Amino acid sequence: MENTYYISNYCSIKNGKASLNGNSQITSSETEIPLVLKNIYKELDLNYRKFFKMDTLSKLSFLAAEMLLKTPTEAIEERDIAVVLSNNASSLDTDRKHQKSIADSTNYYPSPAVFVYTLPNICIGEICIRHRLYSENSFFIFDDFSGEHLFDYASSLISSKKSNEVLCGWVNVDEENYEAFMYLVSTEKSKIEHTTKEINRLYQEL
Amino acid sequence: MHKIFVSYNNIISSLGFNSKTVVNAISKEKSGLSLIDNPDVLPHLVFASVINDVLLDKAYAEISTNQEHTRLEKMMLLSMDNVLKISEINITKKTGLIISTTKGNIDAIDDDNSFQPKRSYLSSLANSLKAHFGFTTEPIVVSNACVSGILAIAVAKRYIAIGRFDEVIVVSGDMVSPFILSGFDSFQALSSERCKPYDKNRTGINIGEVAATALVTSKSENLAPEAVEVLGDSACNDANHISGPSRTGEGLYRSIKNALKEAGITSEDIDYISAHGTATNFNDEMESIAFGRAGMSTVPINSFKGYFGHTLGASGLLETILGMHSLANNTLFASLGFEELGVSQPLNVVKTTTKKPLSIFIKTASGFGGCNTAVIFKEVNSIK
Repeated sequence: MENTYYISNYCSIKNGKASLNGNSQITSSETEIPLVLKNIYKELDLNYRKFFKMDTLSKLSFLAAEMLLKTPTEAIEERDIAVVLSNNASSLDTDRKHQKSIADSTNYYPSPAVFVYTLPNICIGEICIRHRLYSENSFFIFDDFSGEHLFDYASSLISSKKSNEVLCGWVNVDEENYEAFMYLVSTEKSKIEHTTKEINRLYQEL
Repeated sequence: MHKIFVSYNNIISSLGFNSKTVVNAISKEKSGLSLIDNPDVLPHLVFASVINDVLLDKAYAEISTNQEHTRLEKMMLLSMDNVLKISEINITKKTGLIISTTKGNIDAIDDDNSFQPKRSYLSSLANSLKAHFGFTTEPIVVSNACVSGILAIAVAKRYIAIGRFDEVIVVSGDMVSPFILSGFDSFQALSSERCKPYDKNRTGINIGEVAATALVTSKSENLAPEAVEVLGDSACNDANHISGPSRTGEGLYRSIKNALKEAGITSEDIDYISAHGTATNFNDEMESIAFGRAGMSTVPINSFKGYFGHTLGASGLLETILGMHSLANNTLFASLGFEELGVSQPLNVVKTTTKKPLSIFIKTASGFGGCNTAVIFKEVNSIK
């Protein structure tokens, strides 16, 4: 690939800790995911009621995106930021809740508020609504975190002029495990070059 | 930049197990929808398009004796097997495998299912397809709600364009399951009648199941007679609502506009629209607004949902393959179930199957999460 792009910012949420550009921002003493996410929401001083309707995967993704995009220097929607996320467990965390609601025909209570979250890309929708991103978006599933694929796809979106910047990441929720890792790919020169090696290095730092 | 083509293809469905058989059935306006009266599937009657298990197992027995595959895997393996045979491609380290599905083996999370719950992970499905044919690259699963199938073609094109792959097998599949039916039913989106996309009296969607496969390649030799070139593609979000489409059709409009721009053509060059047309009030209305804004109100348009129902993560690929055959046969297929326009903006819905010279079509889809995709295709063989 001829063009070099850059990772302008990156963040993570894992083990009760939310970090931005490698620096710990928020630490929660809670161990259960919903409480950790509620802590982070409070610490970020947000006032966004839709947050409380989201499933865990969307909450996690929303908060990570919030940390990266919260103080825009210009209107976010003018920046044309694509959203490309990935994980291993798809929406299984919510799928299990929906399954529970239909497993017993004598206690049958499927709910549209749950069912809508049985798709992994809903969290992308939540991010796009919040930041008014009418941009390219896609959700991928892999065995494990794949810096190589995210690199390829983000590079392709920018070089083919489909997007100016790409919000990339890995957001996974499965049973009691959760992790979010997100970064912004930009054409503007900064310290970290956008390479598979650097993406993997930042992910390993978690 | 190299041209990128969609070539050999297959459809496994209630209307047949290869594209030719399925297209023949459609040309006779035969629907694969039937009434499902099974309380284990849904507490009330519903129309759906379901693949016959006996026929599926019989066809599968001809390609494999491995009984460790789930029902969906059998459908997808059969579909891929057909395309690999007719295309005669050799799988190399530059051959990609892209899988589009919304729910994969979701039935495996049910305690009563004979397969382990771990089979419900989409990467488990992907690895099972990869292993069967000996792909050497890591499979890429696209799970982006109801645009997955058409987005997968755009993704294949993008990976080929940057040089990661020379060719990609794109396979899509989703099943009719209690999981899916109960969910759409909770939204009160299911119709108890045959669906009627864009019609004044439409009453909601039918769900269907298919597996579909297409070879996406940069090689211009040995293309299928119905092969098309991918001219442009885009997948934009509505940024409006997670379970309802934008009132202005914003994401779909932007997707169409961007795809036209990349293709270097205008809306006047489009001969035919293979649209999403789920037959819900909101979806069909939104599409009429987006196509109106894009200057496509008079372009012939159809929805294939009246033949197969909504096949979820497979619908985009299925309907692209049918679009390719429309061009190859110079035929606009009837939008089954349509009688009288029931959307606020004019649309030129295909009422009866008609012969017409066709060269370029656009495939669009929209889904939960506010996602939309538009891809423009041009026929390669212009021998009419």
